[in-house]
Amino acid sequence: MRLELIENLLVANRGEIALRVFRTCRDSGIGTVAVYSDADAGSPHVVAADAAVRLPGSAPADTYLRGDLIVKAATEAGADAVHPGYGFLSENAAFARAVLDAGLTWVGPGPEAIETMGSKVESKRRMAEAGVPVLPELDPDRVTEADLPVLVKASAGGGGRGMRIVRSLDGLAEAVEGAGAEAASAFGDPTVFCERYLETGRHIEVQVLADTHGTVWAVGERECSIQRRHQKVVEEAPSPLVDPAMRERLFTAARQAASAIGYVGAGTVEFLATADGEFFFLEMNTRLQVEHPVTECVTGLDLVALQLSVAEGAPLPPEPPQWTGHAIEVRLYAEDPTAGWRPQSGTLHAFAVPGVAAEFAVPARYGLRLDSGVTGGSVVGVHYDPMLAKVIAWGPDRAATARTLASALARARIHGVVTNRDLLVNVLRHPAFLAGETDTAFLGRHGLDTLAAPLAGERAVRLSALAAALAEAAHNRASATVLGGLPAGWRNVPSAPQRKAYAAGGAEYEVRYRHTRSGLRAEGHPEVALVAAHPDRVVLEVAGVRRTFDVGRYPGLVAVDSPLGPVSLTPLPRFTDPDAAVAAGSLLAPMPGTVVRVAVSAGDRVRAGEPLLWLEAMKMEHRIAAPADGVVTDLPVTAGQQVEQGAVLAVVSGSEERE
Amino acid sequence: MSTLKSTLDTTGPEYAAYREAMLAKLDELEAEHAKAVAGGGEKYTARHRERGKLLVRERIELLLDEDAPFLELSPLAGWGSDFRVGASVVTGIGVVSGVECMIIGNDPTVRGGASNPWTTRKIFRAADIALENRLPVINLVESGGADLPTQKEIFIPGGRLFRDLTRLSAAGIPTVALVFGNSTAGGAYVPGMSDYVVMIEERSKVFLGGPPLVKMATGEESDDEALGGAAMHARVSGLADYLARDEPDALRLGRRIVARLNWRKHGPAPAPATEPRYDPEELLGVVPEGLKVPFDPREVLARVVDGSEFDEFKPEYGNSLVTGWARVHGYPVGVLANARGILFSEESQKAAQFIQLANQTDTPLLFLHNTTGYMVGRDYEQGGIIKHGAMMINAVSNSKVPHLSVLIGASYGAGHYGMCGRAYDPRFLFAWPSAKSAVMGPQQLAGVLSIVARAAAESRGQPFDEAADTAMREAVEAQVEAESLPMFLSGRLYDDGVIDPRDTRTVLGLCLSAIHNNPVRGAQFDGTGFGVFRM
Repeated sequence: MRLELIENLLVANRGEIALRVFRTCRDSGIGTVAVYSDADAGSPHVVAADAAVRLPGSAPADTYLRGDLIVKAATEAGADAVHPGYGFLSENAAFARAVLDAGLTWVGPGPEAIETMGSKVESKRRMAEAGVPVLPELDPDRVTEADLPVLVKASAGGGGRGMRIVRSLDGLAEAVEGAGAEAASAFGDPTVFCERYLETGRHIEVQVLADTHGTVWAVGERECSIQRRHQKVVEEAPSPLVDPAMRERLFTAARQAASAIGYVGAGTVEFLATADGEFFFLEMNTRLQVEHPVTECVTGLDLVALQLSVAEGAPLPPEPPQWTGHAIEVRLYAEDPTAGWRPQSGTLHAFAVPGVAAEFAVPARYGLRLDSGVTGGSVVGVHYDPMLAKVIAWGPDRAATARTLASALARARIHGVVTNRDLLVNVLRHPAFLAGETDTAFLGRHGLDTLAAPLAGERAVRLSALAAALAEAAHNRASATVLGGLPAGWRNVPSAPQRKAYAAGGAEYEVRYRHTRSGLRAEGHPEVALVAAHPDRVVLEVAGVRRTFDVGRYPGLVAVDSPLGPVSLTPLPRFTDPDAAVAAGSLLAPMPGTVVRVAVSAGDRVRAGEPLLWLEAMKMEHRIAAPADGVVTDLPVTAGQQVEQGAVLAVVSGSEERE
Repeated sequence: MSTLKSTLDTTGPEYAAYREAMLAKLDELEAEHAKAVAGGGEKYTARHRERGKLLVRERIELLLDEDAPFLELSPLAGWGSDFRVGASVVTGIGVVSGVECMIIGNDPTVRGGASNPWTTRKIFRAADIALENRLPVINLVESGGADLPTQKEIFIPGGRLFRDLTRLSAAGIPTVALVFGNSTAGGAYVPGMSDYVVMIEERSKVFLGGPPLVKMATGEESDDEALGGAAMHARVSGLADYLARDEPDALRLGRRIVARLNWRKHGPAPAPATEPRYDPEELLGVVPEGLKVPFDPREVLARVVDGSEFDEFKPEYGNSLVTGWARVHGYPVGVLANARGILFSEESQKAAQFIQLANQTDTPLLFLHNTTGYMVGRDYEQGGIIKHGAMMINAVSNSKVPHLSVLIGASYGAGHYGMCGRAYDPRFLFAWPSAKSAVMGPQQLAGVLSIVARAAAESRGQPFDEAADTAMREAVEAQVEAESLPMFLSGRLYDDGVIDPRDTRTVLGLCLSAIHNNPVRGAQFDGTGFGVFRM
């Protein structure tokens, strides 16, 4: 057997997955080539690669979706193989073909397998033929009341995009149209189909790996039931639902699915399972999955190394390895679960997870793994998926693993961007989760009021605000150009305490304090004594118990971390510059984005709730509606215009003013 | 480098008694300071707030850099007079946009912020400090002008107020006026003479004559806004450089003005500082109650100077006066401190020599007063105590380095002069609550009067009324005692404030830093004059 050893691998992707593949390359002695958009020019994956090639522009369509440019980059940088990662072009048969046509090794299944599985309609047919259980497809035109609810899905879809749940027949047409439009924009293929929607199911998937010599492994299952907007949030292996008998049936079905299409490489066969162990084929992902680390942890395999090995033509051992322990992965997203999961952007000033035992690799023993595409200082932009990192815990059993992961997340320093961290911790500590009751309706059933509640309670926020003020005072003293050595806020004739104010969670926290001869005197905190105050760390004694607060100070943000919970505070300025004030009735951009469409003109009379314009950000359209009846008195934006967060999009004045 | 070794017994009954006495005096002081802070009292404070206005100290707090120190000056001005403690104005040194500034703010809750004779003296003192130490001046103006019933005492000397402002400007020291309310008649010249003027929309009123006066003078019908409104001054007369939206906005603009002064201190920067090795808290128990027992000023220095490090000069000679070198908050100082009260010829000559040495090396001087005066008696007069005392007073008078005086104990007689009393223009002079200052001690003064009276009676051959003499002695003793106490003297602006002994290091550090806005230079030792005279 002659192997075509890979010498130099281009990863046609960005962020953590590019770094994940590079890690294996480095361990195997394979050279690395990155591609990067303008927005990613300073990203860690670019820095980590041996060579990097620019893809001009920032929008995915101009950059990471430009197969032609990527193949050219591979040729120019001397790469002999291309790994697509996940997302972007990973399931694009034309790209796979272009890579192969350029004489490069394609790390993935053949284009035909991608094509077959890429069409949900076609794949379901093939799977049914192969004896894999499937949900029957419904014709959108013939859906009746009895079929409801139904799921409209993009045939070429993935990751929840181009997907709609329809619960009433009159919403069906709009859903089909919307899903089609979204699919067309995201995948370049507007085809959609319908199937019965299981309100509460469990998402169970099987990792398969097949070589070119006929060996097909079902490596293990993962459960990824906890999802928001059809995107996975928490993933684990093994699944708490699956017993050995069900596992046997699942693995058999997965192997049948892979074998039926002559699959080669790593792939995932996804099933929707019911609580009593019945399951249906959903789709097959013909690539590495985001959640592959949980399988790696429990099996000890390096799935990327195996992908490369298979691509080089090497055979797999006859049987996959046994499992050890339990692994749980969470996806840390820059998003605000309490604001409709709205993606967040901005500078991630600090990013550190305590106790990480390995990055992009299986820890030597039970512990934490971090696969992160960001570091402190990274800018989270509007162009790409808002996932910051995956944090994976591997432990002897499910409960211990969940505890390790929850604790690490709660203690992580994540400054500058709102994330779903609190939600993840609440899920991992939720009794229902710990009892293994994790179906796809988990978030809806337990409610965001509970699950997205901040880890830091009211008392923690108040103490954190005090710590923030004292850290700020220490900074002010340390950086003072004159009289820096004198006691903070010293007065020979005291009249008023020092005052600092912060906003957090819609409330204002005013801190009033004085450093007296007998120590700190902070209004509303009679039980608090100051042990030490530094610009980045404050130690308080609260009712006899010492608490340490780590304080990160950034423009417009003070982030306080303590075992009481992370708190983000917005310092309120002492003075407001009148020029900075905004006219009443102004509608501000909720995030940076592009104005895609404007429905009104200046002078138009509008009704409350009437859409004025649409803003596209993070691949989603955000409708900006009139807050009240009135007249559009100012409309400073036009379609196609890029706007910053907080920019005035339109001003609507009350109609009575005009009459 | 020599480190002071304290021998203070902080566990003994004396320490406890002294400490208790000092704490009692500090309580009294705090009560008097509270009167100044209370301004015009609850009624007028409430009325002021109802108008949506900030109190003067609230204005100052917002003007200052966050967490920066502020040294209020002459807070007891007017104490013991018919006027409110504080004299309806707040003055002090604070940091604004990283610049040490002299802040002068009228307190409009006290008779509308009108100036009485103590107000003007307090503002003059502030202007002197600003000029000597090169501190930009920020006036927070809201004053009804002169307190008319006392006009005879303030009208003629009060002209200095405006003269000082423009002389500061001429000396390269910027002046800023933030006008919060009325600044009319003579008061109009505060913004008028300032380099930068901020007025507040619908709040500031600046005119020479209001509508009634104009009507009387010329018959013209007018209103406040047309005569002196902020918008008019910003857009028409040009008297206002900036138009603020409200009080905080005016303070914001004031901070921006100072930020753009591009201020540079002309004196050398301080060296890194270490805290004293001994706890300043113990200063409370150093000074004996009643000042009858001498105490070692090294116990004070050990709790004030950097690292408690003190290199004593001439320790074996004239040791009733301690002289030596130290640093406070990184600034070098030469220290003169009375050790056993009395100044003899040796002490006087040692002081004169030491003051010359400090001038030769441009080192500021710190005087710690605890003196009962120059020694009297035949031997001493014959030994030339007047000549030697004169040498010391000559040296102090003509020394050009900055002087700081702190009255920690007694400061009697010519000793007060030799140790750089108020008349010798120290840059700053503060008193501890334990201090006393007078021409001599109350008992001595009463006794002298008694002896003179007895001698007069004898010479006239009249019988001496012993009972009347006792009553006279008691009355004089009581009066002199009262008039030598720090609050009384502070009320008359004879010091810059009475301070908590534990704050001494902070106050001195702040003053030394302020002083270093100007170059620090001694009398000329440049080859054109004499060398240091060995005495």
